[in-house]
Amino acid sequence: MKTLFLAMVIAYGLGAFAALVGGRKSFGRWLVALGAVLGAGAGLALGATVIATGIPFALSIPELLPLGGGLALRLDALGAFFLVVIGVVAIPAALYGAGYTAAYKDGRASLPLLGAMFNLFLLTMSLVTLADNVLTFLLMWEGMSLTSYFLVMTESGEERVRNAGLWYIGMTHAGLVMLLAAFLLFTGGAGSGAFADLRASAASLTPGARDAVFVLAFLGFGSKAGIVPLHVWLPRAHPAAPSHVSALMSGVMIKMGVYGLLRVALDLLGGGPAWWGGLVLGVGVVSALLGVLYALMEHDLKRLLAYHSVENIGIILIGIGAGLMFHRYGLMSLAALGFIGGLYHTLNHATFKGLLFLGAGSVLHATHTRNMEEMGGLIKRMPWTALFFLIGAAAISALPPLNGFVSEWLVFQSLLGGVNIPVPEVVVLMPVAVGLLALTSGLTAACFVKAFGITFLALPRSPEAAHAHESPFSMRLGMGLLAVACVGLGVAPFAVVPVLGRILTGLGGLPDTRAEFTLNVSLQTPSAFGQISPALMALGLLLLLGLVPSVLWLLRLNRQRRLSDSWGCGRVGQTARMEYTATAFAEPLKRVFAEIYRPMKELTVDFHPESKYFVQSIDYRSEITPWFDRALYRPFLQSATFVAQQVRRLQAGSLHLYLLYIAVALTLLLIVARWL
Amino acid sequence: MLLSKIIRTGLVTEPLNSDSARFIEVVRGTGAEIRRHLGRALAIREVDAGSCNGCEIEISGLTGPVYDSERFGIHFVASPRHADMLLVTGPVTRNMEVPLLKTYEATPAPKLVVAVGDCAKHCGVFKGSYAVVGSVADVIPVDVFVTGCPPEPAEILQGILAAVGRLP
Amino acid sequence: MKYLLEVAQTVFALALAPLVVGFVRWLKARLQNRRGAPPWQPYFELVKLFGKEMVVSKEASWLFRCAPYIVFVSTLAVTFLVPFLFAPLPFDGVGDLLAVVYLLLLGTFFLALAGLDPGTAFGGMGSSREMTVAAIAEPTIALAIFSLALGAGSTNLGRIVTQTLGNPAAAISPGHVLAFAALFIVALAETGRLPVDNPATHLELTMIHEAMILEYSGRYLALIEWSASLKLLIFLSLLANLFVPWGVATDFTPVALAVAVIALLLKLVLLGFFIAVLETRVAKLRLFRVPELLGVSFVLALLAVTSSFLLR
Repeated sequence: MKTLFLAMVIAYGLGAFAALVGGRKSFGRWLVALGAVLGAGAGLALGATVIATGIPFALSIPELLPLGGGLALRLDALGAFFLVVIGVVAIPAALYGAGYTAAYKDGRASLPLLGAMFNLFLLTMSLVTLADNVLTFLLMWEGMSLTSYFLVMTESGEERVRNAGLWYIGMTHAGLVMLLAAFLLFTGGAGSGAFADLRASAASLTPGARDAVFVLAFLGFGSKAGIVPLHVWLPRAHPAAPSHVSALMSGVMIKMGVYGLLRVALDLLGGGPAWWGGLVLGVGVVSALLGVLYALMEHDLKRLLAYHSVENIGIILIGIGAGLMFHRYGLMSLAALGFIGGLYHTLNHATFKGLLFLGAGSVLHATHTRNMEEMGGLIKRMPWTALFFLIGAAAISALPPLNGFVSEWLVFQSLLGGVNIPVPEVVVLMPVAVGLLALTSGLTAACFVKAFGITFLALPRSPEAAHAHESPFSMRLGMGLLAVACVGLGVAPFAVVPVLGRILTGLGGLPDTRAEFTLNVSLQTPSAFGQISPALMALGLLLLLGLVPSVLWLLRLNRQRRLSDSWGCGRVGQTARMEYTATAFAEPLKRVFAEIYRPMKELTVDFHPESKYFVQSIDYRSEITPWFDRALYRPFLQSATFVAQQVRRLQAGSLHLYLLYIAVALTLLLIVARWL
Repeated sequence: MLLSKIIRTGLVTEPLNSDSARFIEVVRGTGAEIRRHLGRALAIREVDAGSCNGCEIEISGLTGPVYDSERFGIHFVASPRHADMLLVTGPVTRNMEVPLLKTYEATPAPKLVVAVGDCAKHCGVFKGSYAVVGSVADVIPVDVFVTGCPPEPAEILQGILAAVGRLP
Repeated sequence: MKYLLEVAQTVFALALAPLVVGFVRWLKARLQNRRGAPPWQPYFELVKLFGKEMVVSKEASWLFRCAPYIVFVSTLAVTFLVPFLFAPLPFDGVGDLLAVVYLLLLGTFFLALAGLDPGTAFGGMGSSREMTVAAIAEPTIALAIFSLALGAGSTNLGRIVTQTLGNPAAAISPGHVLAFAALFIVALAETGRLPVDNPATHLELTMIHEAMILEYSGRYLALIEWSASLKLLIFLSLLANLFVPWGVATDFTPVALAVAVIALLLKLVLLGFFIAVLETRVAKLRLFRVPELLGVSFVLALLAVTSSFLLR
C-alpha cells in the first residue's frame, strides 16, 4: 500500500511538473492527463485495497510540520471510499481534459497553470481523505480550495469568471473559518489534534461544546458541499470553470463536505442528540427542493447542472440525517440503511453528474455557447455525446435500471423506516420529507426532459448548433467510461451495498449489517420492508425490448416507413422559431411555484405612432433572482461594504499615523498581557 | 339531476337508411383490402378547404346522439397522422391548396378521401371566383363525392360508409 | 410453473387493457343517449393501426422511433409486478411500489422527449404539461405508498395484498379510505382522464397526453395507445386490489384463479362505471387549476399517513 501511495503522489507531482514544462504542446497535455490518470488510478487502487482488506494504511511524518503534530496520514474505510469516488471521476475527467484543453491553445487561458493546478487539486483532495490530524486536514482542505480557485479562474479574461472566483474564494474561506472554530473547540478538550485523540476525548466534552462543534462543522462542511443558503458560490463557480474541472468540483469536491461531516459527526463525535439528524435532514430537504426549483428555471446548461448538484447534496444529506437520527435511537440497521443510501448516492451522483458536466462541456466545445436556447438538433450531429448525456439524464432522474434509482430507493426506504422512531413528534415529520423528496424527484425528471430535449432534439436554433461537430475521441472516452459506470452501479447494487456496509462497520458504534441488505441479486431493507432487484429488472426490460419487435416481425406486421415533414397544421415551412423553447417548457412550473420564485416581469409594447391599434414591437423580460441573493446576501454584502468604508477612514495613508497605531496597539497588548 | 335527465331521455340514435344513392357519387371503388382494413375502425380528419362552414355544421351533427357515427366505428381525430380518411369540404381556395396537399401527404397509407358538399365537387356557388383553385379532385385524389348544399348528416354518413364499402 | 402463470397473467392484462378503455367509452356514449361503438372497438382500432404505414418526421431522430417501444416495454414490465389475479407474485422481489412508480416515470420521460423531437410547438407543449402534471403528482403517490406500506409492513405489492386480506378491519380504516381517494385523483391525472385531461379532445390547446403523440402513426401509435390503456388498467387494478383485495387468489388452484378473474372484472366494471359517470358530470379543469386538485390529493394522502400512523 505504501507503494501505491507513493505512486499516487509521484504521478500527480510529475503531471504538475509536465504541465509547467510543456503544457502548451499537445504531448504536454497528454502528459498532464497521464499524470492525473495514473495518480487517480493509484489512489483508487489504494482505496480499494484498504476497503477489501480492512487494514488501514498509515503514514506519519512528524518532522514536516512539528508545530501542529506533524503530517499524519491514515486511510481507513471511510476515507478509502471517498478516495475511490475521487478516482472514479478523476480518470475519465482527466482523459476528457486531454482533448478539451486543446481549445485553450489560442491563449485565453494558461495551459501550464491549468495542468499543474489540475494535478495539485487532485493531490490535495486525495490527501484530505487521508488526513489523520487537524493540521493536515485543514492544510489539505485549504490547498484543495486554493487550487480549485485557480482552476475556476482559468478563463479569467471574462468578467463573469472573475466574479465567480471572488464569490468562490470568499465563501470557501468563510467555511474554513467555521471549520477552524469547530476544530479549535474540539481540540480544546483533547490536547492534541490527532483524530484518534479527538475520538477518545469526544465523550468528555460538555454537551454544549459538542453541539457547538457539530453546528460549526456542519456549516463549514456544508458550505463546501453546497447546502442552502450557503450554496451561492456553486451556480457561479461551476459554470465558470473548464468542463472537466466542473465535473470534478461538482462530482467530487463537494463530496468532501459530506466526508467531513461524516467524519466529524459520526466518527469523531460518535453521533449525538436527535436534533443533529433532524437538522441535517431538514437542511437536506430544503436544499433538494430549492436546488431543483432553481435548476428548472435555468437555461444556461452548466448553471442548471450546478443547481442540480445542490439538489443531490440535499438528497445525500437526507440519507445521512435519517441515519444520524436512527443512530441516536439505537435503530442500528436503519441507521446503516440511511448512511448506505447517502454514501451510495454520493458515488452515483459523482458518476452521473460528472458524465453530465462532461457532456455539457462537449456541447460547449462544439457550439461555443452554454445557452440552451441557442442549441437544438445536436443528436444528429453529436450522436455519441447525445447518447451519453441521455444516460446521465436518465440516471439523475432516478429511472430504473440506472444507478440514481437504486440510491433514491434506499433513501426513500430509510425515510419510510422512520415510523420506528419512538418519538411521535419526529415521526409525523417523516411523511413531509417523503413527499418533498418525491416532488424533487419528479421535478428533476421534468428538468432533464427540458435539458436533453431542448439541447439535443428538434431543429438547431442557431448557426453554431447547425454546424456542431462530434467531440474528439478522448472526450468521448471519458464520457463513455462514466456512462458504463452509471449502468454498472445501477444493475449491480447487490455488489456495492455490502461494501458500503463494511465501510460503515465500527463507525460511531455501528454493527456489521452487511448481511441484512442483500439477498442473491436483490436488495432488501431490514425486516424485508422493501425488496427490489435492479439486475432482474434490467434483464426483464432488455428481454421485452427484444421480444416486442420480434413478435411484431413474426406476425408480419411490417409496414414501410415514410419520411415527411412534421405535421404543422399545413403550414408551408418549418423553422427553429416554431419549436418550444426552454423558457416555455418550464413556464407552467414557474407559474405553479410562483410564490417561491417571485419572478420579475416586464412587458413593453411599442405602438405605431399613427394608431394604437397597430403594434410595432413587444418586449418581454422575465427574471428570477434567487431569494437568498435578494434577502440574505445583498443586505449582508451591503452592510459589510458600509463597515469597510467606515474602517477605510482609518487608513489615511500617512506613515506617521500608522506608526502611532502600532505603538498604541503594542502598549495595549503589553497592558493586557500583564493583567492576564 | 343531470343523471336523471339522461335516464329519462334514453337512446335517441336513429337507424340509418340507405336510400341516398342520388347524393353519393363513388369515384373510385375501394378494394376488398381497404374494406377489410378500415371497415371496422375508421379515423377521420376533417379538412375545411375554404368552405362557408355550412357543411361543417352538418358534419358536427354526426358525432351527436341522433346520427352517432361512433356506432359504425368512426371517430374524428386531430392529427392527419392518426387518420385513415380525409373529409374535405369547401371549394379549394388558393390559400388552402398547399395545406390540403400537405394534409394528404401527412396521412399514412392506406387512405381515403371523401369530399362533402357541392363546393367540394364543382365549387358550388363560388365557381369561377378568383380566390378558388378548383374542385377537391383537382388537388388530391377523391374516392367519394357527397353532393348537396349542404348535404344532411345522414347522407354524409352514408358517403363515408360507401367509401369503406360498409353501406348497410 | 408459477412463472408461467405470471406470464399468462401479463398476457391476460395486455389483452384486457383495450377492453377497459372501450368499456368506459361505451358507457360514456350511453350516458350521452347514443348507442356508441361496442366495448371491443379498441381492438379493431389497434389491429387497423398495426397495418398502417408509419409516417415519420424528417426532423425526428432515432429517439422518436425508439420511444414507443420503450414506453410499451416499461408499462409491460410493470404488469409483472402488479397483483392482477394472484398474490404474492413470483416476481414480487424484483420490484415494489416505488419501482412501479419509477418504471411508469421511465415511460413518461421518453414519451415527453419524443414529443419534443419533431420540433413542433404542440409536441413541446404536450411534453411540458405532461411533465408538470407528472412531477406534481409524485408526492401524492409517494405518500399513498407510505400509508399502504405502514399498514402492511412492506412496500412490496404482493405482501400488501396478503396483509390486507389477513386483516380485513384495516381496509375500512380512515388511512386506507383517504389513501384510496388520493390515489384515485392521481390515477385520473396520470392516465389523462377528465378532469385533468380529456382523452377525446380535438383541440390541441386543451391536450396534455394527446399533444405529445400528434406525430405518431401506424405501429408506433398502436404501441403508445396500447401502453396508455395498459396504464389505465394498471392504475385501476392497483386501486382495486390493494385496497379491496378480496377475490385475489392466494394459491394457484383453477377455482381460485377463476374467482380472481371474475372478481377483477367486477371491480373494473365498478370503477369504469364510476369513471364514466364522473367524466360525464365534470368539465375539464384549466391547466393551472390542476395543481390545486393535485394539492388536494396531497393533503388527503398526508392525512392518510398521519391517521394510519396514529391509529396503529
